[in-house]
Amino acid sequence: MLGEQIIKGMAVTARNFFGSYVSKERLTTVQYPEEHLAQKENTRQFPFLVYDGDDWEKGLRCVACQICEKECPPKCIYIVKSKDKKPDYKGQPQLYPATFDIDISVCMSCQICVEVCPFESIKMDTKFELSTADRFGGLLLTKDKLAKPNSYYQEMHPHDAADSDAVIAAEKAKAEAKAKAAAEAKVKADAEAKAKAAAAAAAAPIAAPAPTPPPAK
Amino acid sequence: MFDKLDQIFVTALHWLTGFLPAALQPVVSTLICIAFVMSVFPGVFALTTVLERKILGRIQNRYGPNRVGIPFTKIRLCGFGQFIPDGIKSLTKEDIVPRAADKVVHFLAPVVMLIPVLLSYSVLPFGKNMTITDYDAGLLFFFAVGGAVEVSVFMAGWSSRNKYSLLGAMRAIAQMVSYEIPLILSAVTVVMVVGSLNLSQIVAHQNQYTYGIAHWHVFTPWGLVGFVLFFIASLAESNRTPFDLPEAESEIIAGYFTEYSGFKFALFFLGEYLGMFAIIGLGITLFLGGWTSPVSFLTWIPSYVWFLSKLMTIVFVFIWIRGTLPRLRMDQLMNFAWKFMLPLALINILVAGIWHYMAADWQRWLVCSAIIFGAYAILGRGLMQNQNFGKRIYRYAE
Repeated sequence: MLGEQIIKGMAVTARNFFGSYVSKERLTTVQYPEEHLAQKENTRQFPFLVYDGDDWEKGLRCVACQICEKECPPKCIYIVKSKDKKPDYKGQPQLYPATFDIDISVCMSCQICVEVCPFESIKMDTKFELSTADRFGGLLLTKDKLAKPNSYYQEMHPHDAADSDAVIAAEKAKAEAKAKAAAEAKVKADAEAKAKAAAAAAAAPIAAPAPTPPPAK
Repeated sequence: MFDKLDQIFVTALHWLTGFLPAALQPVVSTLICIAFVMSVFPGVFALTTVLERKILGRIQNRYGPNRVGIPFTKIRLCGFGQFIPDGIKSLTKEDIVPRAADKVVHFLAPVVMLIPVLLSYSVLPFGKNMTITDYDAGLLFFFAVGGAVEVSVFMAGWSSRNKYSLLGAMRAIAQMVSYEIPLILSAVTVVMVVGSLNLSQIVAHQNQYTYGIAHWHVFTPWGLVGFVLFFIASLAESNRTPFDLPEAESEIIAGYFTEYSGFKFALFFLGEYLGMFAIIGLGITLFLGGWTSPVSFLTWIPSYVWFLSKLMTIVFVFIWIRGTLPRLRMDQLMNFAWKFMLPLALINILVAGIWHYMAADWQRWLVCSAIIFGAYAILGRGLMQNQNFGKRIYRYAE
């Protein structure tokens, strides 16, 4: 009969109306500033600098090679190299960035800086609530604001951080192996030189007074 | 004590005007009544705009507005402060008049919309002894001033010089003229039974109780049908879904007020909602017993509380229908008015006559209900004929 379907439809909307007061699952809205959705692991916003250890100035992985600065399409990175050197995680003396600025009002979140970095030092952050009342200074992130610990990165992007840590560990192992090999070679060379010197000393009384052999190395 | 609470506004008015010389009393008393209508009903309008958004949101499993409360505090009042920023926004927006528009008529249209609507409140009984003008031909006056709304709608549509405005205005005229007939015919039954056009007397006629239940007209067969017809026609008269063709957003932008902005737009909005409240108030007066209580043991609740709560209940049903039904097509609209509502309203007049002249026992209930049910079934079948309500077949899309 006429009107039956209207009554059915009204029942459906009434069920939705009262149901939304009774069961929370019906409401899909996330009340944003108070509630947050869990972030996906693939989230990327703006770059930051990774450091190892506790002291960000000492542990910064960046060696100021300026590859990211050159590759950055919108040219939002500004780097000034340091005059002195300090040891990196391998113990090798390296330059470090005296200034490292990223203007996030220019950055387009393309992630090219992350891809070109050979030192695993620049990575993408997931922070997005970056609004500020100061449109120039507030959006220019300096080195101290960019530096974040490796533990933060591991927590944020566990898979990528594991990859990055593996690369660094491999590099470190390689460097150690090289150092070890060098040390062994040195020991061997020392031994050889010593043997040579001894041989020369033994031969000296027999032969005519010879010029002193060059100092063993 | 409850009587005093019921009559508190009436005594306050008499006390206030008692300080004045007798010559000034009627004028001041009228001015106070106008101030009362101008403050209470726009207040209800403000509340309804928020309520509507919240209820529609809940129907769609959303929260609706729930942020704005008291400024500079953390109190949110469930978002019921929302109408204040809305009002400030509409007051401060730029008022744009199209270059090609007829500027005088364009300016006058919202005013012409609002004034008849406000006038129609003058005859409504809001409570016991709370009719502003106790006019003998109150019902006639209500429908007469209500007719002026159509003029304003067409003024707005024509003067804007915009095709959407004109289309909306033409749709509005066609719709309002078609639905005014069942509206008035369904109200005629009440006049036949009560024998008066005076709205206070119509309420007084319903203010009797047998076995503790009020003699509301909606509790009789002809009254029920009359109320349903009146309800549907008032939905159409106030341009609400499913009869919102004159302002169909998805088809013709905003219909006849497409070219209105700023406070003129707000005036149209206000006029539309006040018109809706007025026509609901009339429906309550005619069929739902006006300010009377449905059962005799609740008569101690003040009469204006009853009136307002009935008003808000029907507003809720209006919003509920808006959240449920899609918009009709123009031909469906016209079919429904002329092929279903008009014949049913005419049959209902016949039934009201039979009810009036038959003896008051179970036989008249049986006869009247049978006639109405038969008419409803036959007319409903006629309306659904050739409608092909089966599964829709897409000829080219698949």
